[in-house]
Amino acid sequence: MNAMDFSRRKFLVGAGTAAGGLTLGVSFGAQDALAQTGKTPEVNAWVVVNADDSIVVRIGRQEMGQGTITGLAQLVAEELEADWSKVTYEYPTPGQNVARKRIWGDYATSGSRGVRNSEKYMREGGAAARMMLMQAAADGWKVPVAEVTVAKGVITHAKSKRKTTYGKVAAAAAKLTPPTNPALKDPKTWTIAGKPLKRLAQGGKVNGKQVYSIDFQAPGLLNAAVRDCPIWGGSLKSFDAKAAEKMPGVKKVLKIENAVVVVADTWWRAKTALDAVKIDYDGGKFAALDSKAIDDMLNEGLGATEAFIGNKGGDVQAAISGAAKTVEATYSMPYQSHAPMEPMNATARWTADKCEVWTSTQNAEAALATTSQAAGLPLDKCDVYRMDLGGGFGRRATSQDYVRQAVLIAREMPGQQIKLIWSREEDQLHGCYHPITKCKMTGALDKDGNLTGLHMRISGQSILATIRPEALDKGRDPATFQGLNAGGAEGAIGYTIPNILVDHAMRNPPVRPGFWRGVNNNQNAIYLECFMDELAKEAGVDPLEFRRKMMKNHPKHLAVLNAVADKIGWDKPAPKGVYRGLAQHMGYGSYVAACAEVSVNDAGTLKVHRIVAATDCGHAVNPAQIERQIEGSFAYGLGAAMFQEITIKDGRVVEENFDSYPILRMDDMPAVESIIAPTGGFWGGVGEPTIFVAAPAVLNAIYAATGKRVRNMPIKNTDLRKA
Amino acid sequence: MAKLNINGKTRDVNAEPDTPLLWAIREQLGLTGTKYGCGVAQCGACTVYVDGEPVRSCQLPISSITAKQKIVTIEGASSKIVKAVQKAWLENDVPQCGYCQSGQILAAASLIKTKPNPSDEDINREMTNICRCGTYNRIRAAIKQAAAAVRAA
Repeated sequence: MNAMDFSRRKFLVGAGTAAGGLTLGVSFGAQDALAQTGKTPEVNAWVVVNADDSIVVRIGRQEMGQGTITGLAQLVAEELEADWSKVTYEYPTPGQNVARKRIWGDYATSGSRGVRNSEKYMREGGAAARMMLMQAAADGWKVPVAEVTVAKGVITHAKSKRKTTYGKVAAAAAKLTPPTNPALKDPKTWTIAGKPLKRLAQGGKVNGKQVYSIDFQAPGLLNAAVRDCPIWGGSLKSFDAKAAEKMPGVKKVLKIENAVVVVADTWWRAKTALDAVKIDYDGGKFAALDSKAIDDMLNEGLGATEAFIGNKGGDVQAAISGAAKTVEATYSMPYQSHAPMEPMNATARWTADKCEVWTSTQNAEAALATTSQAAGLPLDKCDVYRMDLGGGFGRRATSQDYVRQAVLIAREMPGQQIKLIWSREEDQLHGCYHPITKCKMTGALDKDGNLTGLHMRISGQSILATIRPEALDKGRDPATFQGLNAGGAEGAIGYTIPNILVDHAMRNPPVRPGFWRGVNNNQNAIYLECFMDELAKEAGVDPLEFRRKMMKNHPKHLAVLNAVADKIGWDKPAPKGVYRGLAQHMGYGSYVAACAEVSVNDAGTLKVHRIVAATDCGHAVNPAQIERQIEGSFAYGLGAAMFQEITIKDGRVVEENFDSYPILRMDDMPAVESIIAPTGGFWGGVGEPTIFVAAPAVLNAIYAATGKRVRNMPIKNTDLRKA
Repeated sequence: MAKLNINGKTRDVNAEPDTPLLWAIREQLGLTGTKYGCGVAQCGACTVYVDGEPVRSCQLPISSITAKQKIVTIEGASSKIVKAVQKAWLENDVPQCGYCQSGQILAAASLIKTKPNPSDEDINREMTNICRCGTYNRIRAAIKQAAAAVRAA
C-alpha cells in the first residue's frame, strides 16, 4: 500500500463511511468512480445497498454539526422504505460530482438550505431506488411488481409467501433503467422523516475517534504554519528567516502572496519557528484605519441623500411630516468573527499533473474550484476529500482562502503532502466577519398610536459587494434587506405598514465581510424588533398588541409570535424581578419568534433565565435536531449580542483570541423551550432562523427590566445599572 | 527525549522541552482526540487528565511533567464515571460538530467525581469549556443523568 492509498484509507475511517465494500478512495479522476469501485453497484447516485442489507446514502451537502446529513438520510430512507438502523452515509467528492455532471447537486451548505433546497431530488432518489429494488425482486420471482410490497427493506410477495431483502436484489436493481418522476409520499404518512431520531455518526464524537481535517495524519506528512499580513490592504515587505531555518524540524520557510509560511515536521515546530521570523509589512493605504474611522463612514451614510432601495410602499416622508408623533433611534451592530472551534486548516499535495486536498469546508465544490485555480490544473486533475468540520457557521462557506494557501504551499514542495493549520490568532485576524452596519429608524405614529410610516436607513457594509460582486443588482446588494422585503418566500417583513421605506447607504470598509450564521437577518431583526418596542412604548400600547395590529395579513409570522406569548404567559405577570421581551422575524423560508425572560441586578449584571422559541419551518424533518439548532442559535446569537465585537486599530483586527473575544459559556446559557410548529406546504431552513430573534427578545426584556434601550451591540458596552 | 506516561504506557517523546503537552499528544503520539482550539487555556478543547486532575494541555510544557505522572486522554479515559458520561452524552444526543466534546466529557467526569450530585451552580462554575455549537443545555442534562447513574451504580 503506498502512502496515497494509506492516507485515503485514513480518510475513509475518519469519514465514518459504511463498512462493506464501498470505498471513496477512488482512482484519481475516474469517471463514475463511486459506482465502479464498490463490490455492490449503486442502485442510483443516492443509494447503495450492500449485500449485508446496509444502506449507504450519498450526500452532496455537508455536515458541520447542524444535523443536515441525518435529516437528508431520513428523507431518502423514508422514500426508500429502508430499515433506519441500517442506514449510513458518505460524501461523494466534488471531483466525482463534476465527473457525473453534478448529479448530487449543489454542495454549498449555507443559507440554511441543506434540507430545503435538496429535499426534492434526495426524496426522488430514494423513491426511484425503492421502485428499482421492488422491480428487481418481482422480475426474479416472475410476478407483476404490483403484487410485491416492501417494509423496512424486506420485499414480500404475499401470494407465494416469498420474501427477499434489498441486499439480495440490489445488484439486479442496479441494471434497471431508473424511473422518472417517481411519486413522493405525503409527509403526513412519514414514519422515518419527521421523527426525532438521533443523529448519525455520533459515536466518534464521545471517544475522540472522529477525525476532523485538523486531525488528518499520513506517513511523511509535513505541517505548515502561516502568518499572513494582518493589515487590510497591506503587504509583506520583507522577512528574515535565518534563525527560523535553523530551528528543529524546519524544512522550509516560504513566502506565499503576503504570507510567511514555515513548513516543518510538526505543526508546533513550524509555529515556533514562525514566531522567530522577523517580518516587516507595508501597511498600505489603510494602515491607520480604526473603528472610529469606520463609524464616521457609517454615520455619514445614515444621512446620505442616495441609497439603494430594498422595500418601498406609500410615501414615508409624507407620513413622517404629517405624523402626530415621530420617533427616532439609531442602532449599530459591530463586526463579528465566526470563531468555529476548529481553526481553518487544509492538507494538500501537488504534482505537475494532479492536486489533492483534504479539508473541512462548507462548500467542497468551491474548494475544488479554488484548488484548481491555485494549482494551475484543470478541475478533472484535482479533487477535494471532504473531512468532518469542527464548526462552520458560514466561515467555511464564505471563503476557501485556507485551501488556496495550502495548495500554494504544496506547489512549492511538489509531491509532498502538507497540512496547513491556522493558529487561533490567524483565524481571528483573517476572518470573513459579520458585516458592520448602523441603522437610523424613524417611525410615524398617528394620534391613535398607529404606525403610519417607517423609514429604516441602513448604513454599512455589503457582503456581496466584496464576496460575490456578480450577485449585485446594479450595485445594490439585495441580501442587505433580508427579512425586510415586501414579500416572497425567503424573508418577508411581518407587518403591514402603509408607508414604508427601507434603504441602504452602502459603505464598504476594507475589512473583509462574510456570511455569519443568520447573516443580515441578525441586525435587521434587532433594528426592527427593538424599534417596534420603542414605538409601542411611545404609543402607550403593549408591545404584543402593538405588533398584532399590523400582522393580520401575516398569519404565519403572527402564529409563531402568539405561540411564544401563549406559552410564556405574556398576559400574566413574570416572576418577581424577571422581565420579558418579544421578537419575531422571517428568514430562510422559516418563521421564528422568541420571548426572553431576564433579570438585571443592582450591579447591572444581566442574566437571561429562560427563552421560549417557536419555529414554523413548513416541514419538520427531525424535530429533535431542530430543537438543538434553536438552542445553538441562542448560544451563538446571545454571545454576539452580549460580549463579542471585532474592532479595528492600526488597520488590523484587535481581538486575536478568546480572552479578548469572549464566547458564551455554560453559565450564560438560558433555559430554552422550543415550540416546533410546522404548518406544512413549504420547506424552511432551521440552522439559522432562531438566531434572528435571540438578541432582540433579550434587548426588549432588558428595557423592561431597566428602562434602558441598548441600541449598540454588544450589550457589555452599556451600563445596565438602573439610573 | 522526554518520557511520558500516556494512557497507561510510557512513551518516548521526541520534542523540545517547552512543547505544550497538547502538541506532544497530537503530533508525537498521534492521539488526535485532544483538540487545539485556542492555545491560551480559554476553551478547554485540549483538556486531559494529569494524575486524575483535568488540565488544559495547551499551556502545559512537557518539561513540567515527570515520567511518573499519569496522563489520560479521551482515548484512554475508561473510568466508570467517564463511561457513564459518554453513555449519557449519546443518550442525550449531545454533540453537534463534536469538536469540543472530548474536553467537555473529561471536564464533566471530573465534576461528577468531586460533586456526585452536581447542582446547576456547580455545573455553571466548573463547566467552563467553550462549545460554539451551543450544546450547553444538553451537556447540563447529560451531566445530571450521568451523575444519577453513577450514584445508583
